[in-house]
Amino acid sequence: MNCFSAVRINWRKVSPLVLKSTTFLIFSLISPVDVFGQDDVAIQEGKALFNTHCAACHKVNRKAIGPALAGASERYDRQWLYSWIRNSSAVIASGDPIAVALFEEYNQSVMTAFPQLSDEDIDNILAYTDFVPEATQTALAAAGSETEPGNSTLYRVLLVGLLGVLLLLVLMLYFIQKRLVKIKSEIDADFQPNPKLDPIWKAFAKNQFLVFSAVVLLFFVGLYQLYGYMMQIGIDQGYQPVQPIHFSHKIHSGDNQIDCKYCHSSARVSKHSGIPSLNICMNCHRNISQYDGPEDLAAGYDKEFYTNEIKKIYAAVGWDEDNQEYTGKTQPVRWIRIHNLPDFVYFNHAQHTQVAGIDCQTCHGPVEEMEVLYQYAPLTMGWCIECHRESNIDLLGNEYYQKVHQELSKKYGVDQLTVAQMGGLECAKCHY
Amino acid sequence: MSKEKIYWKSIHQLDGTNPELSELSNREFADKLPTDLYDNHISDNQEDQFSSRRDFLKYLGFSTAAAALVACDGPVIKSVPYVVKPEQITPGNANYYATTFFDGYDYSSILVKTREGRPIKIEPNTDAPDFYQANARVHASILSLYDTQRLQVPKANSRDISWEDLYDQTKGKLNELSQNNQKVVLLTNSLISPSTQDIISKLILKYPNIEHIQYDSIPHHWVLDAFEGLYGQRAMPNYDFSKAQVIVSIDADFLGDWQLGGYGSGYAKSRVPNQTGQKANMSYHVHLESNLSLTGSNADKRVALQPAQIKKVLAHIYQNICLGMDSKDDQIQSIVSHIIDRIKSNPNRSVVVSGIESSEAQSMILSINQSLQSQAFLPNEPLYFKKGKANPIEYIVEGISQGEIKGLIWNGVNPVYSSPIGDALGGQIQNLDFSLALTTVYDETSKLAQLVAPTSHYLEAWNDYNPKPGYYSIAQPTIKPLFYTKDFQQILLDLAEVDSNHLDYIKNYWETNILDGSDWNKALHDGFFIKEDSNLSDFEFPQLQPIERASLLSAEDAPMSLILYPKISLGDGQQAGNPWLQEMPDPITRVSWDNYLTVSISDAKKMDLVNTTNSHGAIDGSRVLIQVQNQEIEIPVFIQPGQAPGTVGLALGYGRRVGLKKEMHVGQNAFKLLLNNERTQSVTINPIIGKMHEFACIQLQSTVMGRGEIIKETTLEEFNTKEKEYYNPVVHVSKNHLEVSVRSDEVDAWRSFDHSTGHLFNLSIDLNSCTGCGACVIACQTENNVPVVGKREVRRSRDMHWLRIDRYYSSNDTIQEDQKKAEETTWFGQAYSTFRDLEKAAENPEVVFQPVMCQHCNHAPCETVCPVAATVHGRQGQNQMAYNRCVGTRYCANNCPYKVRRFNWFRYNKNKEFDFHMNSPLGRMVLNPDVVVRSRGVMEKCSFCMQRTQKTIMDAKLEGRQIRDGEFNTACAQACTTGALVFGDVNDENSKVAKLKKSKRKYYMIESVGTKPNVMYQLKVRNKDKNES
Repeated sequence: MNCFSAVRINWRKVSPLVLKSTTFLIFSLISPVDVFGQDDVAIQEGKALFNTHCAACHKVNRKAIGPALAGASERYDRQWLYSWIRNSSAVIASGDPIAVALFEEYNQSVMTAFPQLSDEDIDNILAYTDFVPEATQTALAAAGSETEPGNSTLYRVLLVGLLGVLLLLVLMLYFIQKRLVKIKSEIDADFQPNPKLDPIWKAFAKNQFLVFSAVVLLFFVGLYQLYGYMMQIGIDQGYQPVQPIHFSHKIHSGDNQIDCKYCHSSARVSKHSGIPSLNICMNCHRNISQYDGPEDLAAGYDKEFYTNEIKKIYAAVGWDEDNQEYTGKTQPVRWIRIHNLPDFVYFNHAQHTQVAGIDCQTCHGPVEEMEVLYQYAPLTMGWCIECHRESNIDLLGNEYYQKVHQELSKKYGVDQLTVAQMGGLECAKCHY
Repeated sequence: MSKEKIYWKSIHQLDGTNPELSELSNREFADKLPTDLYDNHISDNQEDQFSSRRDFLKYLGFSTAAAALVACDGPVIKSVPYVVKPEQITPGNANYYATTFFDGYDYSSILVKTREGRPIKIEPNTDAPDFYQANARVHASILSLYDTQRLQVPKANSRDISWEDLYDQTKGKLNELSQNNQKVVLLTNSLISPSTQDIISKLILKYPNIEHIQYDSIPHHWVLDAFEGLYGQRAMPNYDFSKAQVIVSIDADFLGDWQLGGYGSGYAKSRVPNQTGQKANMSYHVHLESNLSLTGSNADKRVALQPAQIKKVLAHIYQNICLGMDSKDDQIQSIVSHIIDRIKSNPNRSVVVSGIESSEAQSMILSINQSLQSQAFLPNEPLYFKKGKANPIEYIVEGISQGEIKGLIWNGVNPVYSSPIGDALGGQIQNLDFSLALTTVYDETSKLAQLVAPTSHYLEAWNDYNPKPGYYSIAQPTIKPLFYTKDFQQILLDLAEVDSNHLDYIKNYWETNILDGSDWNKALHDGFFIKEDSNLSDFEFPQLQPIERASLLSAEDAPMSLILYPKISLGDGQQAGNPWLQEMPDPITRVSWDNYLTVSISDAKKMDLVNTTNSHGAIDGSRVLIQVQNQEIEIPVFIQPGQAPGTVGLALGYGRRVGLKKEMHVGQNAFKLLLNNERTQSVTINPIIGKMHEFACIQLQSTVMGRGEIIKETTLEEFNTKEKEYYNPVVHVSKNHLEVSVRSDEVDAWRSFDHSTGHLFNLSIDLNSCTGCGACVIACQTENNVPVVGKREVRRSRDMHWLRIDRYYSSNDTIQEDQKKAEETTWFGQAYSTFRDLEKAAENPEVVFQPVMCQHCNHAPCETVCPVAATVHGRQGQNQMAYNRCVGTRYCANNCPYKVRRFNWFRYNKNKEFDFHMNSPLGRMVLNPDVVVRSRGVMEKCSFCMQRTQKTIMDAKLEGRQIRDGEFNTACAQACTTGALVFGDVNDENSKVAKLKKSKRKYYMIESVGTKPNVMYQLKVRNKDKNES
């Protein structure tokens, strides 16, 4: 029970842990299960080749820029496919009716020539595109039912340890009390106990010193509590709102290793990191219209869920998936801003990420692990200043700093200057 | 029997039987407290209608609790990114676009700073070779883009209609009138756009009954006629004052609005003592006028004369220089011979200019300058800014009344307001078959139109200009039209049924007629284009003919002459709805939110007119009724030192009412007195007894009272012959009864800051080249989100300008005399009388302008008294003010010797009590997102444009390089049209400001206090002989 309440109280801190462990478990369950079941090397190699060469324009089961490739080997003659894939323009130029028809159907978009692919390679790709994977959901369903997080053993050990300490304390107290009673009875033998004792509250009220100290104590405890309460006003550490589109930083930045500044490109040049505009999303999601990655069934994040979120981008940006074209009907996404600095604070992302070379994670936390983004840092002035006091300035190769660094380090007698020594604690550097 | 004395406050008190009074005297407040505010239900019982104090507390408690509960939930802030982000826009970074400002009254090549697609500031386009000096009105024009009073949709008889409807109705009417061959007049301001002229000719081709008339609210046709008569081209002569050594300006306020102004930068170049060889050299400037103008204030010798006298002086100078005759007029003999002596000392480096409204006078000016072969006179580069002929409105009114003109289309003009016969025109417009107003705001004239087409603001529109031969500029939109508006030219194109949009039309026009194969994109990027013009090289001076002089020589002065003038802030009143300009103090009088009759000290005495100061430091003025022929205006009086006796002045551009927020309904319309379109009128003045007008004047002290530590000045002779210690001594203070220099460490109570590393920002202000134009004031207001507080608050000295331009008069004829007198004062009683004398400005005083902002003291008195350390010193020399830390004790303001700190008495944004631009979401779009909008109860002041210096440093860091001189700039120094303000890093030895710091003219204001400021002044040198004052 104790363990449970601990989890509930600190759920915000613990839930990433739980999540992490759950996903780990699911991973460990999925990954050994080979998607293709048997050792079909051809399919494996075909998949690799498909991802390298074809995936930008083709899907296996759906139309994209080019046609769906599933069943292509049945629809077309294999020799024709070889020559088409190696140099489609030549085939079209030769006036081949199938080729010309295909060319016309897909808006005359020219397919890249792949002269480097051998017949075997193409066979492998076709083997992959023809392959229909077995449903692997059963294994996952089993995984979903296991709810107990792996870390609970740790809590149990801790709990047992705590109980042991408590028991020890109780035993000690018992012995001490026994000893005291014994001493008291020896003393009491000399005195006649007063039969008319005041009730304890009355005695307390009569003792002015006690009353005074209690009031003082209560006052200071109250003050301390009030201070604690006041100090957390306006601090939104852990703020984790539900966004209009369930965007998972974990999938993008964690699983797929996309650099933060690929999407948040303004962070390189501007004070704002910038919420990416939807055309940035479409750079990739024009082709990635389905989610095929790992799922978190415990939280309800299955493939369909993620795919639906991708559809939300299409709705917002006005992308007609069937016809592969923009409709022009847009619906800007109203994201909920998580990191809010007061108006009187000036913060510059470019200064921190480009000039100082600080990782985004230093302030934003393990974003690559966040399924739902939350505010990691308190964003208080104390937090800013602490970092400015401790961080050294990395001046390597920045000509702006060279002269001033030389002079200042001589003045302070240090090799490495902190931000504070450079003037990073001055009020108007951030407040104007 | 002695009777007790009775003291009474009002004569009504003497009447003991008045029951109201006896009751009033028993009550503390005249009205009952409005306790029933909270009680909505009406009870039969009279007593129940008032809620008790207990109720009040209940409501109070409930609302506090409710507010507290609501406050528990933080606000959810939404962030909406672009769907498709434009490539050039990076949120957080500014973009700049080159464009051009022209409204028929001001012209300037400018850069527009935009943030996230919205224009927020006007900056000079210093790449342009000419016309890049933007004055205060141009700087403020950005706010008119976000004017809530702007017209948003087309209207027909005050009802909203669609553009299609408007076009249908207009075309129908135009066709009908064209078929009947009935005249339609297209009335515009002076147009200098070549492509617009072309579009208008297309329109006239389509409707041959249209006649195009150009109209200037303040006429310039005299100078156009004169120039045309001599040089055959209808234009205004151009001058380059930087090449002049002797400048004679005869009623020509060329630092103000004379010939569109913009001569300040050239003038200032010749006014800074230029050390070449042994002796420093600067130009000599003599100025004749009746009102005290900006130009008169800057002159070395200013002569206040009545208008007819001025005309005579010009005629005599002309006689002497061009005809070789001596003058024989006793009254003006000395000034004429003085001017002629000066001119003859250096004839081809002399220039004479005049604003006298007669083509003879203007012809004389051309003849004089041509005979002098003046290098400053550029008739081969004339200015095309003004096109208007004489009396266009009279022509239209007559045409309508005689039934010749049946239709009127107008754009960019407001003649019902700005013409003396505007009322007659207003009446006639209603008799027209067809009237169409093309306008951005509803004004006096467009209110009367049947059809109103909203035109785009200049920051939303395309345009092109040709201000002088070979110089072309482009105006490009910096934002999509905010409302359903179209370019003026687009409307004409649509009416002429030319199937083209305005941009394509301009582009085509330029490619065929102007560019000569050059790149359009480059011209657009630069904002201007220079083309070889045959006019420049082939110019030949014609033979001069004698000019008829009798009209000038025989001019007689009226007993009292009224001289109408445009104010620096409002000009001709086109931007009367702009709160920045309304609140900008006039450089001379320091009065904002008003126009007034300027009266000389002696005339005021004669007529018993007074200016009084009331207990909270505001100025009140007598009111008068002035009459010019049959026009009457009731106007307050402002007593103006330097006003020529027998003359009074009145500013144009005020008194507009239609299309203005209520707060801007100030002043009286002086255009009604511009009879025969002449600025000089004979006037009678009748004082109104008892009524005093309340001014919003921000400077009460009008003289420095000989305090040489505030203003230092010397003469060119002393500057050249004496040591620096003589004319610019360092202040000495007493230590152990010994005199020690205040700059010595011995007398310093402070531990000094080490400023040797990094940047140290300094600002140098040259009193010689500062003309007081006030562009910096508005630039600062724009850059730093300085609020507008309104007339009532300015009157209480609660103006918020971070940068003010103090104007000081001398109480003797010169400030130096004042100083001597003050220094010679030895004992207390004498000091009392001396200083009382020094307080009063002289009849014709010398004037100094001194821009004052936070001096960024290295030993700042404000910092030591702040109980919460909200204002602290930075290593870069900036005195930093942390608003979020400030608790509003105002100790700092009390301890500041320069009085540059401003306190937010109210929340000036989102507050309906201050219904200026910050009270509407539209108006707030002008705010600079890099500067916080201060809240109530917080002290604020100049930050040395911290956001700009930090941005410059940031750019250098990102590019990994050192900062070049000139990169650091404050808004004021950037806006300075004359280069008087120079900002930079003094730790960079090669920087301009570091050199100025070593200048002989450098001094610090009130240096004896030991504040060690980072703002330095360059003392004023006047070019005058010992024997003349």
